[in-house]
Amino acid sequence: MSQTLSASTLLAVPLAPLAGSILAGVWGTSFGGNRIGRRLSHSFTILGVLIAFVLSAMTLKSVALDGARFNETLYTWMVVGGLKMEIGFLVDGLTAMMMCVVTFVSLMVHIYTIGYMEEDDGYNRFFSYISLFTFSMLMLVMSNNMLQLFFGWEAVGLVSYLLIGFWFNKPSAIFANMKAFLVNRVGDFGFILGIGLIAAYAGTLNYTEAFAKAGELGKLTFPGTDWMLVTVICICLFIGAMGKSAQFPLHVWLPDSMEGPTPISALIHAATMVTAGIFMVARMSPLFELSDTALNFILVVGSITALFMGFLGIIQNDIKRVVAYSTLSQLGYMTVALGASAYSVAVFHLMTHAFFKALLFLGAGSVIMGMHHNQDIRWMGGVRKYMPITWITSLLGSLALIGTPLFSGFYSKDEIIVAMHASTLPAAGFAYFAVLAGVFVTAFYSFRMYFLVFHGEERYDQNPDAHHGSHDDGHHDGHHDSHHGPHESPWVVTVPLILLAIPSVVIGYMTIQPMLFGEFFKDAIVVDGNLHKAMEVLRAEFHGPLQLAAHGLTAAPFWLAIAGVGLAYYMYLVNPALPAAIQKRIQPVYTLLENKYYLDWINENILARGARAIGTGLWKGGDAAVIDGLLVNGSWKVVGWVSGAVRWLQTGYLYHYAFAMILGVFVFMTYFVWLNK
Amino acid sequence: MTLTLGHFLSLGAILFALSIIGIFLNRKNLIVLLMAIELMLLAVNMNFVAFSHFLGDIHGQVFVFFILTVAAAESAIGLAILVLLFRNRSSINVDELNTLKG
Repeated sequence: MSQTLSASTLLAVPLAPLAGSILAGVWGTSFGGNRIGRRLSHSFTILGVLIAFVLSAMTLKSVALDGARFNETLYTWMVVGGLKMEIGFLVDGLTAMMMCVVTFVSLMVHIYTIGYMEEDDGYNRFFSYISLFTFSMLMLVMSNNMLQLFFGWEAVGLVSYLLIGFWFNKPSAIFANMKAFLVNRVGDFGFILGIGLIAAYAGTLNYTEAFAKAGELGKLTFPGTDWMLVTVICICLFIGAMGKSAQFPLHVWLPDSMEGPTPISALIHAATMVTAGIFMVARMSPLFELSDTALNFILVVGSITALFMGFLGIIQNDIKRVVAYSTLSQLGYMTVALGASAYSVAVFHLMTHAFFKALLFLGAGSVIMGMHHNQDIRWMGGVRKYMPITWITSLLGSLALIGTPLFSGFYSKDEIIVAMHASTLPAAGFAYFAVLAGVFVTAFYSFRMYFLVFHGEERYDQNPDAHHGSHDDGHHDGHHDSHHGPHESPWVVTVPLILLAIPSVVIGYMTIQPMLFGEFFKDAIVVDGNLHKAMEVLRAEFHGPLQLAAHGLTAAPFWLAIAGVGLAYYMYLVNPALPAAIQKRIQPVYTLLENKYYLDWINENILARGARAIGTGLWKGGDAAVIDGLLVNGSWKVVGWVSGAVRWLQTGYLYHYAFAMILGVFVFMTYFVWLNK
Repeated sequence: MTLTLGHFLSLGAILFALSIIGIFLNRKNLIVLLMAIELMLLAVNMNFVAFSHFLGDIHGQVFVFFILTVAAAESAIGLAILVLLFRNRSSINVDELNTLKG
């Protein structure tokens, strides 16, 4: 530790956005009397996030270059029976990287929002929410203990809920935010069970102290069974990650969360919040390393998500939903990397994905603005002529997403595929197949969307509900005429696109060496090299980013991606009649995809109804019959009956009482006399 | 025939039994009740004196004086309550005094 970081600087990182959020949220809304206007509230919040970003960048610099570390508790909230509940920061490579990603994407989204939400009445409220989100996410990633992690975890969930339902007049938005909240509760339940088990067996919530006891935990079994305790802990924690990072089968909330405004889809539901689960598992790597069972479980869940959610992206027509399913699929990629013990690769993909997926979402938002809030890609086409900056940046984002060599997505995704190949866990074979097939699917749906939106003939006036139904995004744009062509977005929208496009292209090339094979994550991520050899294989095969790109040109993933793009080109530009014909040919499959594998149906009709039936049963049987009928009403009935009998004895005549006393004395005396004989 | 301890105790028991019967059979007058209680105390005193005499222990007779004193005070209080009761309810009939009934 050559240099220490100052606690006050680190404290300023989360508190600056919080201050901005409070200013805009309290005095910028009718809550505090609308005292500050739009310009002031976006200036305050952007300033807060800017401060956070600059300080994060400085932190990253001293962590990466000078090897600075920080691990201190700043405040003890309470001590309960030896269990300390504290607020503190742990800053190492992983944290510093996450801090920069979160604040950078957040800053871009803040600027972008000025343009996107221009016409919205909830302008100040929106800024307040996204700054609050930045605060929560920073608390989550900077925490040095599981309680604060859980606080951040729940806080981002809350802000996500608020933002999905931002347009609270829209029933579908309210449905979606409730759904997101409930599905996340399922995950959080597992998460808090995992934290509770750690607290119970390790006796601490602090990361460093808990990880120091990992070896002891690894020897214990779960009481009453022969399961390894650490497996139970890890699976519980991963269920939390499944909820937050939208892994199958808890992914159902993420596509619906697109009901919220586009900037938050970029910030929360693509770039940062959904990666909290990935971050958490990487942070807990000393525990996950001990349980091969949990790692296999992660591999299976991740590969199902990576492949099958990609399929769903193919048939979506809403521009944001295509990107949302792509996010699900990419989160699956990160998850399988975690399962193969390639935690640093997962985090690397998390970072590159944050940039290019935020870019794609903001690009999609820009297109939506240009198309006067039409989101259906069937009624777009040829947009590149009207929106050149959006076009170029979206193309770069799509190329990064499908893993074109030299782009950032290539490095992270290619390393994941190699890691799957190298992993020796039983589930790795299926995972390898899933990620390889996923490359083709990703390329196909990404470029299907790209071609439908930016190329081909212009289909704006074919939209059957252009005149009455284009208010999907909640804006009051009645004065627009949908026969007008699209227009390029203002600079506040295009500048973030350009700034995000730069890292989307180059960040992988620049950082693969230190992040995957250098010392950057040395003390943050623990891999047991003897058991899980994936990272060793990656290291052995790595000879520098350029060679990797050159090698990539001859490898299967690249050709699969090319095939995907080529197929999309043929089906949507050369022969546009083909998709409909195929759809007719494979109607059952199409119906299955259209209904998202019937998971919503299962959730609503089996899980929700089942839960309600159980609830009704417990209410009628348990509460109404047993507790109310037997215990509460039953006891007063017994008391009433007994007192009715006793009442009969009470005459009120003094001599009756005296007689009873005398009688009692006689009985006792007789008894004692007999006893003493 | 000489008077033995048994005779005196029998007399005390008879007095006590009379007073109990007096309490229970009395349905009319509260004064009779008070008198029966006095009689009960006298029966006890009788036992004290008898035991004191036959066991040669003077303490028992000293105790009788105390009991008589307390009994006098108690009767005074009892009669005072009775007077107040009569003022309030214009009756000292035992059968009408059942306000203890819940």
